[in-house]
Amino acid sequence: MLRTTTALAVGLIATATLGWADADENELVVNGEIEITTHAPAPAYVDGLTEIYSGWRFREPDTQLTQMDDFDNPAFLAVDAAQITWDTVEGEAGKSCASCHGDVMESMKGVRATYPKWNETAGEVRTLAMQINDCRTENLKAEPYDYTSGKMTAMEALISVPSRGMPVNVAVDGPVQSTWEQGKEMYYTRYGQLELSCANCHEDNYGNYIRADHLSQGQINGFPVYRLKNTKLNQVQDRFQGCIRDTRAETFSAGSPEFVALELYVASRGNGLGVEAPSVRN
Amino acid sequence: MRFTTLTLAMTLAAGAAYANPVAPGDVSFSDTGAIAESLTGTPGDAASGAKVLADRGAGNCVACHKISSLDAAFQGTVGPSLDGVGDRWDSAQLRGLVANAKHTFPGTIMPSFYKTAGYIRPGDEFSGKAAKGDLQPLLSAEQVEDVVAFLTTLKQQ
Ligand code: HEC
Ligand code: HEC
Ligand code: HEC
Repeated sequence: MLRTTTALAVGLIATATLGWADADENELVVNGEIEITTHAPAPAYVDGLTEIYSGWRFREPDTQLTQMDDFDNPAFLAVDAAQITWDTVEGEAGKSCASCHGDVMESMKGVRATYPKWNETAGEVRTLAMQINDCRTENLKAEPYDYTSGKMTAMEALISVPSRGMPVNVAVDGPVQSTWEQGKEMYYTRYGQLELSCANCHEDNYGNYIRADHLSQGQINGFPVYRLKNTKLNQVQDRFQGCIRDTRAETFSAGSPEFVALELYVASRGNGLGVEAPSVRN
Repeated sequence: MRFTTLTLAMTLAAGAAYANPVAPGDVSFSDTGAIAESLTGTPGDAASGAKVLADRGAGNCVACHKISSLDAAFQGTVGPSLDGVGDRWDSAQLRGLVANAKHTFPGTIMPSFYKTAGYIRPGDEFSGKAAKGDLQPLLSAEQVEDVVAFLTTLKQQ
């Protein structure tokens, strides 16, 4: 209650929605203490942008406020549930996540900011979801979660919490480079019968309205995202599927090599923004 | 049997160049991206065209364009306002713009509404699944003509 009042006192300004309505000027501070960078210079390898903005900067003030206090952020119900999962023994090895990793708020600090990343032992680029499932099957000897399931997004959200406010910092070269290049090519491919690429909407037209939707840069520093539209946490690759489907295209499956590549590339376009997950969007 | 023969005879008589409606693959564009002849051979209906522009399941032109005279909520800003577009372009050019604006504006973000080939991973409408069988154009020849008829009424002078 006190915190909400503070947020209101700071004052979120509704941007006039006449014609051009770029990112607004509001600043994101969560629980009155975690300052999150929502605007930064674009990384040098992003040719089409000079500035990068979090999707938070394009949402209505009401939606923005909901993310500014964990008591108001509906994603925290899932975070609480995942905390119980983290501490609970499951699977044939008789272990919980905590058996090896201890306190998630300590051991997972900074982890969310660097994913997807190269796993040397496996010789592959891993998303956070892939790593969670790897620990489930290899270390817990338990069943993997479905890639975009509620349990998966809840665990991703929990692991993201201790990284909030840290700058996204995924590697783009070295062993991940060819995967990154693949993701970049996908980002500029005009898929489907509407022939629209991610860049057509999120690079060329962010700030514009497409019907009722205020286009952001499609950044993923906020994932998993609680959407008011479907009242649940949404996995990042679920969102990719939705955007590709909307171009009247055949999408890719969640967890596919193509989407891992796309996730790495899109994450890298947000290098320098603060981790916001679990965030709130409409 | 007799019916089939008759239909075939009629199609042949019409000849490829004058077949109505002109199939998406047979449309010819001028250097400026215009289509001189009507795709159906009959004038379009402006009132039906207005509905196509606003309908999400059809043209959904208002997703990107503002048209002041249309009573459609949430008009987009991705493309230019279409107010006065009937002063800026003649009907041949408007027909070309609606059928495939990429002939007029190379690389434009505007979708091609009368085209059925050359897509990357085309879907089965908005299902996210692969398209089954032959693709239909986003708008039928008749709908294109209706839209063109409506656009020519958008005059300010
Ligand atoms: C038997 C011990 C063990 C258990 C149980 C275990 N893990 Fe792991 N986990 C590891 C090891 C070892 C690594 C690799 C450490 C490294 O290289 O940084 C790891 C890495 C991770 C990472 C990546 C950390 C990083 O820095 O990139 C995440 C995320 C993770 N585990 C989540 C989980 C979750 C969620 C669970 C419960 C479902 C779990 N782990 C259970 C041993 C375990
Ligand atoms: C036809 C336009 C369009 C295309 C093409 C498109 N998107 Fe989107 N996307 C949207 C809209 C509208 C939203 C919701 C508003 C917003 O955040 O931009 C959205 C939202 C997103 C979000 C959520 C952002 C957030 O802050 O929660 C991500 C991530 C995203 N898109 C990624 C992509 C990727 C990757 C592609 C290419 C595979 C893509 N989009 C293609 C229109 C598009
Ligand atoms: C995804 C967005 C999008 C959609 C959907 C769209 N357009 Fe466009 N349209 C554009 C853009 C952008 C331009 C500007 C051309 C350019 O420079 O790329 C344009 C240009 C035009 C022009 C020329 C305008 C002028 O004044 O020069 C006309 C006419 C037009 N569109 C009609 C339509 C019609 C009719 C529909 C629906 C059947 C439609 N558009 C759907 C994006 C769109």
